[in-house]
Amino acid sequence: MSKALLYDATMCIGCKQCEVACAQQNKLPYSDEVAAESVQSEHKYTVVLTRQEKFMRRLCMHCEHPACASVCPVGAFHKTAEGPVVYDVWKCIGCRYCMVACAFAQPKYEWQSLNPRVRKCIMCPDRVKAGQQTACAEICPTGATKFGERDDLIKEAESRIQQSPSNYIPHIYGLTEVGGTNVLLLSSVPFEAFGYPKSDKLGETPLPEYTGRVMSKIPDFIPLWSLVLGGVYWITHRREDVAAAEAEEKKRQPKDGAR
Amino acid sequence: MNFKPTLWKLVFLVIICLGIYSAYVRYAHGLGAVSNMSDQFPWGIWIGFDVLCGVMLAAGGFIVTGAVHLLNIERLHSVVRPTVLTAFLGYCLVIVGLCFDLGRPWFIWHQLIYMNPHSVMFEVGFCVMFYTTVLFFEFLPNVLERLHWKKPLRLVKGIMAGLVVAGILLSTLHQSSLGALYLIMPSKLHPFWYTPALPFFFFGSAVAVGLAMTIFESSLSSRAFGRQLELPVLIELGGVLLVVLWVNALLRLEDFFHRDQIGNILKPSYEAYFLWLELTLAFVIPITLLSFKKVRRSPNGLYLASVICLLGFVTNRLNVSVTGFETWVGHHYLPKWTEFMITLAIIATGFALFGLAVKYLPIFPAVERAGVEGPVEVVASKAIPASVLVEHAGY
Repeated sequence: MSKALLYDATMCIGCKQCEVACAQQNKLPYSDEVAAESVQSEHKYTVVLTRQEKFMRRLCMHCEHPACASVCPVGAFHKTAEGPVVYDVWKCIGCRYCMVACAFAQPKYEWQSLNPRVRKCIMCPDRVKAGQQTACAEICPTGATKFGERDDLIKEAESRIQQSPSNYIPHIYGLTEVGGTNVLLLSSVPFEAFGYPKSDKLGETPLPEYTGRVMSKIPDFIPLWSLVLGGVYWITHRREDVAAAEAEEKKRQPKDGAR
Repeated sequence: MNFKPTLWKLVFLVIICLGIYSAYVRYAHGLGAVSNMSDQFPWGIWIGFDVLCGVMLAAGGFIVTGAVHLLNIERLHSVVRPTVLTAFLGYCLVIVGLCFDLGRPWFIWHQLIYMNPHSVMFEVGFCVMFYTTVLFFEFLPNVLERLHWKKPLRLVKGIMAGLVVAGILLSTLHQSSLGALYLIMPSKLHPFWYTPALPFFFFGSAVAVGLAMTIFESSLSSRAFGRQLELPVLIELGGVLLVVLWVNALLRLEDFFHRDQIGNILKPSYEAYFLWLELTLAFVIPITLLSFKKVRRSPNGLYLASVICLLGFVTNRLNVSVTGFETWVGHHYLPKWTEFMITLAIIATGFALFGLAVKYLPIFPAVERAGVEGPVEVVASKAIPASVLVEHAGY
């Protein structure tokens, strides 16, 4: 059972309290200028977007099968049992494959730093582990961001859609996208309007499977291919040995005849 | 030494100076200051060219050593040493390039202790590390012969078979895995380039480029160092290249057909222009050229075909790593001039080191003979090899 966040855009009033709480929790700078920034960055893990009086939050989706964790050569990312996808800065070598691989473009980089880190929402892992809710869910005045068990939140989202179908697009974003995420979204307008990738483009296959299919063949491939290469070497050089032996034989034969 | 100032020496010097300045900006002010990479474009030409193309251009090493040592094709022997040298330098420079691109290159050794076996990048990193070591030992006889160290030389030659097999194994793995890096981005990479067959195409193009690069560098160094061209060898390689290009082209076509992309390819679009450019340079022109016996048998024809083919596959790698992402990101990425300068300086260093190695080590058969008969200076041209090479790089 893993924890998750349910964000219901129809309940959001755009107060940006979640941004403030997130900045405090993660010791990030927050000011009027930062509040006005409408993109996520290394100092802004979550952002509340506004399009024609509609709001939408963006944050790391905390995939059930995170691409970032699967691609990291040094395993700097991992999915905790509670649900958050966390980052170990010490391991990171800065290859930025996580940024390229993430379908939601969530990991951001400290481009100006001389010892840069990858930055993203880590779903307050310490709080979650201690049984508390995330900072953003705790502060949300309307309950638009709600923390809880993923299964419970899915049930709740379904019942909300059922109770007022005219209010919602009949889709829980994150339920099945790339194999499911621990951040679930409800909205009255298409998610693409706020930069979320289209669900049908993402598909339901966990992203690590695409590379896993290839990687899983390697343990068999190495001994097989070595055997083939070694065999080829043996055959081609065996011919040489045989030819040399035959030549030797021929040289010897006349001598034998003379004897 | 004769320091005749020529235009190309000047260009070389300027590139190196600007490269050093760019390196200073990189380490004193960070990646943001030196490059146009961003959260939207986390990988620029340092990955797209320096790594993806660098590794591909160094593929001749495993192709030629495989042909000579494994398949026992003795007549190709004369191109083994220059090709191994190119490969060794290529991989070393890829690692140098990585030290610019990685955000925290001083932790590159974390690869050895924090291993994530699910990561394609981990596999590539490991193979590149091991293969560079293998190449070092394959290259070592040059140095040992020059120093007349007989015992270690015999030792290295004794394990050569094992080295060659290991080299081919590691190359097969990481050349294809460079393509597998992109398999995890089906929703981001443009469908012209995203295909489950990416690992196969990356390997196939590496084989083609390995052959083309061997022709290219043999032609180039015969001009630069005024040596006899091993034309029969190159003609043979040209013939194999033609076949490999056909196989590559047909597989690509089949893949487009299989994924229902033929219609989209024929429609003009931003991506289509780049794809056309790539396919024309990599396949249409070289295949056409090499199909004529006259071209295939002439040094200039072979040289031209291989250069165009190289440009085509470089375009392919840049399309996969840059062009293919532009629609998803929503804007274009153009490298900053300092980004270009680091790449150019790395290439220039490669040419310079190649020139120095040829000058001081028994890389070419002619040099070998000269080494036995008398002073090495007989062969080494009086001009600075680096500049001579850079001169030809401008072609």
